[in-house]
Amino acid sequence: MQLQMSRDDLIRAYRRMTAIRQFEERVEKEFALGNIPGFAHVYLGQEASGVGICHELTDDDWIGSTHRGHGHCLAKGCEIGPMMLEIMGKEGGLCNGKGGSMHIADFDKGMLGANAIVGGSPPIAVGAALTQKLKKTGNVSVAFSGDGASNQGTTFEAMNMAVVLEVPAIFVIEDNGYGEHTAASYAVGAPSIAERAASFGMPAETVDGTDFFAVRDAMLRALERGRSAEGPYTIVTECPRYLGHFVGDPQPYRSEQEIAEARARDGLVNFRARVTDAGLLSDEDLDQVDQEIAAEVETAVETGIAAPQPDVSALEADVYASAY
Amino acid sequence: MPMKSVRTAINEAIAQEMERDPNVIVLGEDVAGGQGSSNGPGSVGGVFGVTAGLYDRFGGERVIDTPISESAIIGTANGAALTGMRPVAEIMFVDFIGVCMDQVYNQAAKFRYMFGGKAKTPWVLRSMIGAGMRAGAQHSQTLHPLFTMIPGLKVVMPTNAYDAKGLLIEAIRDDDPVIFLESKTLYEQEADVPDEAYTIPFGEAEYVREGDDVTLVAMGGSILHAKAAAEALAQDGIECEIVDPRTTSPLDEETILESVENTGRLVIVDESPPRCSLASDIASIVADKGFKSLKAPVKKVTCPHTPVPFAPSLEDEFLPNASRIIAAAKSAVDYA
Repeated sequence: MQLQMSRDDLIRAYRRMTAIRQFEERVEKEFALGNIPGFAHVYLGQEASGVGICHELTDDDWIGSTHRGHGHCLAKGCEIGPMMLEIMGKEGGLCNGKGGSMHIADFDKGMLGANAIVGGSPPIAVGAALTQKLKKTGNVSVAFSGDGASNQGTTFEAMNMAVVLEVPAIFVIEDNGYGEHTAASYAVGAPSIAERAASFGMPAETVDGTDFFAVRDAMLRALERGRSAEGPYTIVTECPRYLGHFVGDPQPYRSEQEIAEARARDGLVNFRARVTDAGLLSDEDLDQVDQEIAAEVETAVETGIAAPQPDVSALEADVYASAY
Repeated sequence: MPMKSVRTAINEAIAQEMERDPNVIVLGEDVAGGQGSSNGPGSVGGVFGVTAGLYDRFGGERVIDTPISESAIIGTANGAALTGMRPVAEIMFVDFIGVCMDQVYNQAAKFRYMFGGKAKTPWVLRSMIGAGMRAGAQHSQTLHPLFTMIPGLKVVMPTNAYDAKGLLIEAIRDDDPVIFLESKTLYEQEADVPDEAYTIPFGEAEYVREGDDVTLVAMGGSILHAKAAAEALAQDGIECEIVDPRTTSPLDEETILESVENTGRLVIVDESPPRCSLASDIASIVADKGFKSLKAPVKKVTCPHTPVPFAPSLEDEFLPNASRIIAAAKSAVDYA
């Protein structure tokens, strides 16, 4: 287990996990208050997975994400303010309010887009990885998907294509226990998602997705292969969902005990215990991050509520890049 | 100018753009052909030979044979295009679009808009359309309406070798996803095609034939039937004006309306089923914007509302053939 990270690095990891936790808790609240239109799917309980995967990535590495993508955006470095504006459908949002919760992209940060189609991202990440291979950049492309998308044909096609073309694609399958309201234990036919990925001809492993350090270690192994353009890799991170499929899902299909057990696996609590026990960071250091993020989220929400929705003149803009 | 077939013109367009821009790559099933075989790659060059020779010239890194995985082909084109490449992806027969449509209509077509204008997806999806080759229901369809109705896509249907080269180079240089539909019955058609690269802008229809009595709007493989019908009608003293839209998205409404203003009669010839089609679309545009020009009801000559049949007797009847076009044109001229 690698705790050999600099103090700044550890703070950065904790800051991003905390940003996701507080951002998503606030999204839940603002959604209930009617300040967020449409649907929202939050990433609570999966913070260590996204941050562990993205920790060693640069802005030149790409990620493709899912309908549950806020956490991936924040883990990749997207800023809280423009994220909140986008989710509220406001001008100045990362996609100027035209994408919304399920369609956030930030190309400057290497974020290729959340994707509301389950299984949409894996083939796209293969294409980004093909660019990296052809241009010999030494960068990688990550496709985040879930246990649900692991059953999609597009995921199988993408995995096979990545092996055939020998591209630096990293498939990250976050097994949060449920595809919508149906348990992965029912819907995933194979005994192991990782073994199924390995059967395509690539290394694959399963890690505790609530353990930042375990996820980062797995990612370092994937990157060793990806950065030298040896081919794809799969990491399955197990990180049970705290809430239901969408914000407001009453979860009639889950027992209270099961939910309590999921919530007991807390990546932030785990991280805090590990770094304070090892004497690397103090509770005061971490509390300070908590407070800074809380202020940032508060400002983002206040700014978001005050911001205007896009002018109707934007309706027909940006359908095409070239003349039409 | 040298005479070249549509097939040669398309091959030349791709080769010249690959020469000009290192970001242009070709991918699809058997575009090189023979990967992993005893005779090695490059031996096929596309199931109809359209990409022949490209592998030998540009190598396997840029002329990429893929598994039979259409979603992964278009998904790979999407990711590569978003990150700086200009993929020319092939879906062998347009009928296969069903297994990868998500990557076309939910992904490529929407990236730019839903990401607030930040994304560019400059790819070309080449695919074959058209009946008449006894290929049956799943290798013969003409599906341009399916793509034309989707905002974010551009749709090109060349009917001759000159247009094929100029429109394909335009498509490769365009920054949007372009569906480039090749009529398989037109591959052997020859025309004067300059050796050098040139482009033809999208949204500019062409007058294929001039005449004052009836406008025939014809697209894709239907152009051959329209030309044959026009020749026969001329024998009877009826002069047809043939308008080839060349691209269905964008559509050059102006030229169609201009021709209808001249003739007062419109027959739309289209080899896709009649409902929710380009024929019904063009008819509605003319009804809306050219109503006063019309001297007779607009006639549509399409295939029937059926899958494409296999037996030659049925397939010949299925196609919008010259005799059906002639009957429609005469009924328009005879309309009291």
